[in-house]
Amino acid sequence: MTPLILSKIGEIVSKKNLLTDPVHKEAYSYDGTPLLSKLPEAVVFPENKEQIAQIMELANNENFAVVPRGSGTGLSGGSIPVDNSIVLVMTKWDRIIEVDEENLTAWVEPGVITETFQTRVEKMGLFYPPDPGSMKICTIGGNVAENAGGLRGLKYGVTKNYVMGLEAILPSGEFLKTGGKNFKDVAGYNLRDVMIGSEGTLGIFTKILLKLIPKPQKSITMTAYFDTMVDSGKAVSDIIAAHVVPAMMEFLDHTTINCIEDYTKIGLPRNSEAILIIELDGMGAEVDEDATKVVAALKKNRSTYVKVASNEAEALTLKAARRTAFSALARVKPTTILEDATVPRSELPVMIEKVQNAAKMFDVTIGNFGHAGDGNLHPTCLTDERDEKGIQNAHRAFDYIFNEAIKLGGTITGEHGTGLAKKDFLESSVGSVGVDFMQKIKKSLDENNVLNPGKILTMKPKCEGALPKNREQIHDFTHTHNH
Amino acid sequence: MDESPLQKTLLSGLISDDLLLQCMHCGMCLPTCPTYNVTKLESSSPRGRIRLVKSVAEGKLEVNDTYLNEISFCLDCQACETACPAGVKYGAIIEAAREEVSRENLEPLKVRAIRRFGLNFIVANQPILKIVARLIYFYQASGLQRFLHDVGMFKMLGGNLGAVDKMSPKFSKRFSSDMMSEIYTPAEPARYRVLLPLGCLMDVAFADINSDTLDVLIQHGCEVIIPRNQGCCGSLHAHNGEQKKGKELALKTMELFKNYDYDFLISNSAGCGAYMKEYGHVFDESENENIDENSMGEVTESQSKEVTGEENFAVKFSSKVKDISEFLYETGFRAENYNYEGRITYHDACHLAHTQKITVAPREIIKSVGGVKYSELNEASWCCGSAGIYNVARYDDALNFLVRKMGNLRATASEVVVMANPGCMGQIQHGTEKYDHKMEVLHLATFLNRAYKKKKI
Ligand SMILES: Cc1cc2nc3c(=O)[nH]c(=O)nc-3n(C[C@H](O)[C@H](O)[C@H](O)COP(=O)(O)OP(=O)(O)OC[C@H]3O[C@@H](n4cnc5c(N)ncnc54)[C@H](O)[C@@H]3O)c2cc1C
Ligand code: SF4
Ligand code: SF4
Repeated sequence: MTPLILSKIGEIVSKKNLLTDPVHKEAYSYDGTPLLSKLPEAVVFPENKEQIAQIMELANNENFAVVPRGSGTGLSGGSIPVDNSIVLVMTKWDRIIEVDEENLTAWVEPGVITETFQTRVEKMGLFYPPDPGSMKICTIGGNVAENAGGLRGLKYGVTKNYVMGLEAILPSGEFLKTGGKNFKDVAGYNLRDVMIGSEGTLGIFTKILLKLIPKPQKSITMTAYFDTMVDSGKAVSDIIAAHVVPAMMEFLDHTTINCIEDYTKIGLPRNSEAILIIELDGMGAEVDEDATKVVAALKKNRSTYVKVASNEAEALTLKAARRTAFSALARVKPTTILEDATVPRSELPVMIEKVQNAAKMFDVTIGNFGHAGDGNLHPTCLTDERDEKGIQNAHRAFDYIFNEAIKLGGTITGEHGTGLAKKDFLESSVGSVGVDFMQKIKKSLDENNVLNPGKILTMKPKCEGALPKNREQIHDFTHTHNH
Repeated sequence: MDESPLQKTLLSGLISDDLLLQCMHCGMCLPTCPTYNVTKLESSSPRGRIRLVKSVAEGKLEVNDTYLNEISFCLDCQACETACPAGVKYGAIIEAAREEVSRENLEPLKVRAIRRFGLNFIVANQPILKIVARLIYFYQASGLQRFLHDVGMFKMLGGNLGAVDKMSPKFSKRFSSDMMSEIYTPAEPARYRVLLPLGCLMDVAFADINSDTLDVLIQHGCEVIIPRNQGCCGSLHAHNGEQKKGKELALKTMELFKNYDYDFLISNSAGCGAYMKEYGHVFDESENENIDENSMGEVTESQSKEVTGEENFAVKFSSKVKDISEFLYETGFRAENYNYEGRITYHDACHLAHTQKITVAPREIIKSVGGVKYSELNEASWCCGSAGIYNVARYDDALNFLVRKMGNLRATASEVVVMANPGCMGQIQHGTEKYDHKMEVLHLATFLNRAYKKKKI
């Protein structure tokens, strides 16, 4: 990128909001995704939507790429820079603009931290359910861009179920407003839902309207211990079949249990092969009835022990511990590669077995956990990036897991997005017509392919430079293009 | 994490890449980092700094002023270690980075001066420290300090020298080491035999706290041994990029204390306690075998064995180290002997909460004292900005953190804030004066000794 272009960016956002020091570039070269990173040309902190619009216009004129970024906890490489790009950081947009108690909605800026927002509305007796494991630090903007899920997805749905409207700057620099406080609205195409989960490729959110619900009055949280993983999977299917919808039903295997226990020391059963953490909530007596049904299903599937949290503090500690699962697994080995395969929930026991097979077949250590109630598993490969063979095996194991998931009617990613990391598998998941449809949408909105190019889709290689196209290349990419 | 056969040592042998690779850049540590909270920049976050150190270590990034600034901006409070589920040893990483910076003479002159002269010459040498402390005491007591402030001398000298001067501890009239006997026995049959290190700065600037600690230990039924000719434990050095000097002082400390037979060694200063608990690691052969010999300074393995007599002496030494709150709590605090009417809150010292993971013991002790109305401090485990020599080297930044702490303290409406670390006391005391906030700042030992006397009346 030429100094002239940089100085033009500096004129738009003012010098203090443009960082070009190598140290800052290094610090924005990665997100939460393993093995991928790249240096941007600059890091930019826009202050208002006019500045963002001007930057997009400049990007179109001068042919550079713009990569939006929240807190950089993404797991598919969504906010990792690409060739000739600037990173546009949205974390300073952190105002909760309005909480409307009459309409049960809230306007927020995209940089608001998810947990901060939750705490704020819960103080008012309201509830914003989407709770990704990263909620302490991820942003609402990032959540909407990835359509993030969480522990409570089973009963309450995911981020998209709580977005009523949004404002965004399009790749052209135009300003879009879609959706609003109307509970019903069918005027034209549903553009809001096109923007949700677009991973920063179709627009930069500047304001988001969220839906709130009343906070449940009562909850019961329990942990069920199992001697085999498959039994726990069957228990999940039986609970769903008994017409109980828990707020949360989380699965942790032996490795994950031990890593979390090493960190939190809250007394998880180190010897169990698997546990389920189940939360039931509601407004009153139905919660107890559900609990009886759940305990019956657990017993039927040979749960060796069911421990009910004795108070709210204990339940909160347990859930907080569960949220550390992914990071805690990193205690074992230097490199932690987590995946996100999801299957229809009736297939969960089968999928759990497939993951076990993959570990054996390809001689890799896999810790498995996930949102069992959603059929969304996070098999996590514990390996070492300095060991080429180990990394290759990990990729083979994941190829196997993805293919098996798709055969079972599942998908390659339940909640972490496609980004860079899962591009190659997109077609097998959505079909060639699906990919073509997406490319047309992208092309019509972003003619010059300047907004987060190369994420989700491979367009004609115009601004993308040497982006990796398959797993082997992704690996090479990190080794040769790192700097 | 198991040590990997693939590991390499980096930063001229100061650090292994295993340590750096452990960070999986998940970002879970960001919200607890005070410096990230101020700038909202990734480079001021734990995740960012680990990345920067890694890139410098791998030769991909050149050291420049921005890098140096971020490395010294870090408080080394280790809140990120507490927050990190992956078990990343951030403290070890930042300390290695600082050591490298100091070895290459890259840091600002002011910091180097504090480090080289203040730490390595004065603090490391107890007789010299005593002479300096004596001079400072006369300077403070004679009214000269007031006078210079009144005529604006420090403002004329420029910078923040004046504020730093006000913040520095009030040096004691008499030093603990000159006042105390070598051995004290309780009235009752002794329950434990404990050793009380007097500390370097504690000895000369916080003699009252040492004597309160002694009293509390005797109240607890302990026989207390106070070895003669004590020196610095090396903690200030090790935590500020002077590993070599730190190790040298650690050896001296062990050499002196090994002549005594005791059940526990009681620390009343969080940083010292933390470092003495680390001795075991510092002298652990297996951990150091891949590290370049030169980086270890003049102290070689064989030498340390010579001094300590046996290989795992350091490990044994460390296992007996207890913070005063930890010791009292674990051995059954006798709350019935204490009473204190008032609203009390508690501030966590970083080296206690994050390094030693001690948070429950002091709170439970305070709450169990009759008459106490306890209120929990919001963000109690956030650094107050004292952070070793931080508030001297980076006064303005330290003030930022202090302001936040004072706001939280005010909100508790307490009359007394208790803590178990002299460094924090100096800083928070400065805060109460600067912002005219009436609140007593007490060490846990002082608080307990007062509560003991109140009960007796
Ligand atoms: C420990 C851990 C646990 C996790 N647990 C979960 C989980 O349970 N469920 C889940 O779904 N995910 C989870 N994630 C993944 C991740 O946290 C989510 O994808 C999250 O939504 C990312 O938010 P962020 O603010 O970090 O965004 P980033 O990672 O910075 O960005 C993510 C994407 O959003 C885009 N983006 C960011 N801000 C904007 C904006 N204002 N406008 C347009 N596009 C934007 C970026 O370009 C990028 O494509 C986890 C991650 C970690 C590290
Ligand atoms: S230090 Fe720990 S919590 Fe922070 S980014 Fe690294 S692994 Fe995550
Ligand atoms: S030690 Fe403290 S200041 Fe330094 S990175 Fe960790 S949390 Fe931040």
